[in-house]
Amino acid sequence: MIGIISYGAYVPLHRLGPETKGWGFPLEKAVAYYDEDSLTMAAAAALDCLGDCDRNSIDGLYFASTTSPYKEKLTATTVAMACDLRNDIVTVDFANSLRAGTAALRTAIDTVKAGSAGSVLVAAGDCGRLGRPRDSFDQNNGDGAAAFIVGNGNPIATIEAAYSVSNEMLDVWRLDGSRYLSGWEDRFMMDEGYFKVLPRTVAAFLKKLDISPAEISKVVFNAPDRRRHAEMARRLGFAPFQVQDPLFGKLGNTGAAFTPMLLVAALEESRPGDTILTAAYGNGADLLLLRVTDEIAVIPGRRGIKNNLARRLIIPEYEAYLAFRHRPPEGHYYPPARPSASAIWRERDQIFRLYGGKCTRCGTIQYPPQRICTRCGAKDSMENIRLSDRRAAVFTYTLDRLAQIPPFDLPMVDTVIDFEGGGRGCFQMTDRDPREVAVGLEVEMTFRKLHTAGEITNYYWKCSPVRKPGSAKEQK
Amino acid sequence: MESLKDKVAIIGMGCTKFGENWNKSVDDLIIEAAYEAYQDAGIEQKEIQAAWFGTTRLITGENLAGVLKFDYIPVTRVENLCATGSDALRNAAFAVAAGVYDIVLAIGAEKLKDVGMGGLDSSEIQPTSRVDYPGTPPAHFFARMATRYMHEYGLTEAELKQALAKIAVKNHHNGSLNPKAHFQREITIEQAMNAPIISWPLGLYDACGVSDGAAAAILTRADMARSFRDDYILIKGMGLATGARQGFLQQDYDFVHLEETLRASRQAFAVAGVRNAFEEIDVAEVHDCFTITEMVLYEDLGFCPRGKAKEYIDAGTFELDGKLAVNPDGGLKCFGHPLGASGLRMVYEIYKQLQGKAGPRQRKNPRLGLTHNHGMNPGSGVGSITILGRRD
Repeated sequence: MIGIISYGAYVPLHRLGPETKGWGFPLEKAVAYYDEDSLTMAAAAALDCLGDCDRNSIDGLYFASTTSPYKEKLTATTVAMACDLRNDIVTVDFANSLRAGTAALRTAIDTVKAGSAGSVLVAAGDCGRLGRPRDSFDQNNGDGAAAFIVGNGNPIATIEAAYSVSNEMLDVWRLDGSRYLSGWEDRFMMDEGYFKVLPRTVAAFLKKLDISPAEISKVVFNAPDRRRHAEMARRLGFAPFQVQDPLFGKLGNTGAAFTPMLLVAALEESRPGDTILTAAYGNGADLLLLRVTDEIAVIPGRRGIKNNLARRLIIPEYEAYLAFRHRPPEGHYYPPARPSASAIWRERDQIFRLYGGKCTRCGTIQYPPQRICTRCGAKDSMENIRLSDRRAAVFTYTLDRLAQIPPFDLPMVDTVIDFEGGGRGCFQMTDRDPREVAVGLEVEMTFRKLHTAGEITNYYWKCSPVRKPGSAKEQK
Repeated sequence: MESLKDKVAIIGMGCTKFGENWNKSVDDLIIEAAYEAYQDAGIEQKEIQAAWFGTTRLITGENLAGVLKFDYIPVTRVENLCATGSDALRNAAFAVAAGVYDIVLAIGAEKLKDVGMGGLDSSEIQPTSRVDYPGTPPAHFFARMATRYMHEYGLTEAELKQALAKIAVKNHHNGSLNPKAHFQREITIEQAMNAPIISWPLGLYDACGVSDGAAAAILTRADMARSFRDDYILIKGMGLATGARQGFLQQDYDFVHLEETLRASRQAFAVAGVRNAFEEIDVAEVHDCFTITEMVLYEDLGFCPRGKAKEYIDAGTFELDGKLAVNPDGGLKCFGHPLGASGLRMVYEIYKQLQGKAGPRQRKNPRLGLTHNHGMNPGSGVGSITILGRRD
């Protein structure tokens, strides 16, 4: 049976909220840290989705975003490397549309149905769909990512039907090279766009399938803000208990990842036999009808939406957020040197896959991988060992106040960590409160940006404290 | 394998004032150190048969010859991180011990203050890695040692900071007695403990000075030394050990010692016949790039047992009038640290101490002295030890 085999999600740890001085909005939203982008968040969601699935069983990676870090170059290949997938896979970027996530999901289903791939990992992430400071986009747009494995096996949900319409209009857009979103007059956007197209499309879909709204267990759809979401629920004719919480006040509108993330949230709460209607609006609409199977009860724990939302750090000052999301970093003594594309390519397995070497003679795990074993001296005896999914403990660290990183992240927390099962490495720590850092602190690896220089972004791994859901709330 | 012990003598030394020598080029510093050494040895430059030039910046042996106007003698540039100066001395000593040359020059020089920033510009000595880690001050790497030291020996931050402050206060006191030192002002424990943090737990006064400077030594065969002067100084032993990144690759490195220093000291002590460093050595110049480094070195060099450095510091053991004076000239902390010159600057102080010419810093009748450098970071680097003694 073809369907969704697994799901995962990523919500950045940092939040703007009522407690954030200088922001002035009552609704909390999740915002990516300065070292995150749509690529890194999609990777985090994909890794959550993969769990302990056999990564060699994945035949494709579809990345979806309106904020891909590249205008020309695949993002999917980098995400696939961070996920340590095979190289002989299909990689595609779905871009430029709020429907990119659902389009990728629908295409993945068609790909598997057509038999051109056994399973496809879909990762949708959006980061920094910026409005100008304190405008309605700034108030409502959040950052996040969701991922699904679509395959032929024992799905947790099957896709019963799909339906799309295309609608040409300029309601919300961003021109190539523009930093901020543009929108036409609000009433035009809503009355001629969102409120007209989506209800019409849903009605047509349900009619085509010959089912009534009452037969739908949960309806999942995106909206620009909380008020419009509530209004849409009313217009679609669903009772409140049928409507998936849009998470305004917790997450925000995460663009191309929004409907996929809400679908993950719906799946987390779903029961076998549930019918989920999923809709994404944006220059038309994509609709999917899913039926939840008995497998939903046995899928292993995912960080998903619920556990991710339970871990949060409030950004105390809006100025700090503006400094890292809206303005180029200031205060550098020396901007970092341009990274070497050829060196990154040559060492791609240790950089992106975070491969260490394990000596086949003495068993010592070492990072970065060595040609000559550090312990027994054997030459070319290493086998690759992935360290990205291993927990580690801080062996020692410093809080550096002069490191050449954007000043709002000072002090830079730099660690020496020992991986469980062997291997030692030096990594920056991110998503941390310097006061919580200690020798022995348990950390996990997270794929991030180190910096961008000379038009090259250095993606690499950092460590961050392992946060038990629910406990992070009190941390700042 | 033949022993180096007592084969090579130092017959002359020179050292510039270290510091922010805005009005002096590296050429000026070289000339100043070299000519002080010639004068001290009572020789003319033309008597020098070969030279070893220690510097970590991108200047070459040709530069040394070009500045001093050597007459086509061999010049070798030596680079070995912070042990550069002592390795220039080591290679010069080997050439003399081998009987290839009778009189040679070892000189180290560094101009660090022309880059327009405070702190050390390490861009020239660190290769660009593929992920190009953000630039960090060197304190960063030794701060990780300080953090682990607290954890390993159960010290509170205040206890550690106080012990480190006492090292800084000691070295500032010694520097205040030295007209050639970069920093010549006393500081208080409170000042040191409350100084701005650079890389926690290390603060401003835990870090050594970044300085310009040069130092030079004239070496000859021990059997020829008496023809130059009576109070020549003998090289008793040398050791040098280079790490292979074991500390970063293997989980068993503890970050509270410097293995390269330990290994280099074993080599040097074996050559010099030192069995108990604490009892036998009268005066030591060690690589206090940061106060935590000096603290750990007490333990590495056998000046005190592991984990006991704080007790020895509290007892005043390593002060100028203590049992074993460490960094009587102010150390890297106050004399300053022009990387390639530092090793020879240390030798300069021990040389003067052993000759009884250290002025207000003079120890009473020292017979055996030690210099030590550590290049790069805890985890991997280079350790270098030189043991020097009076002739009888």
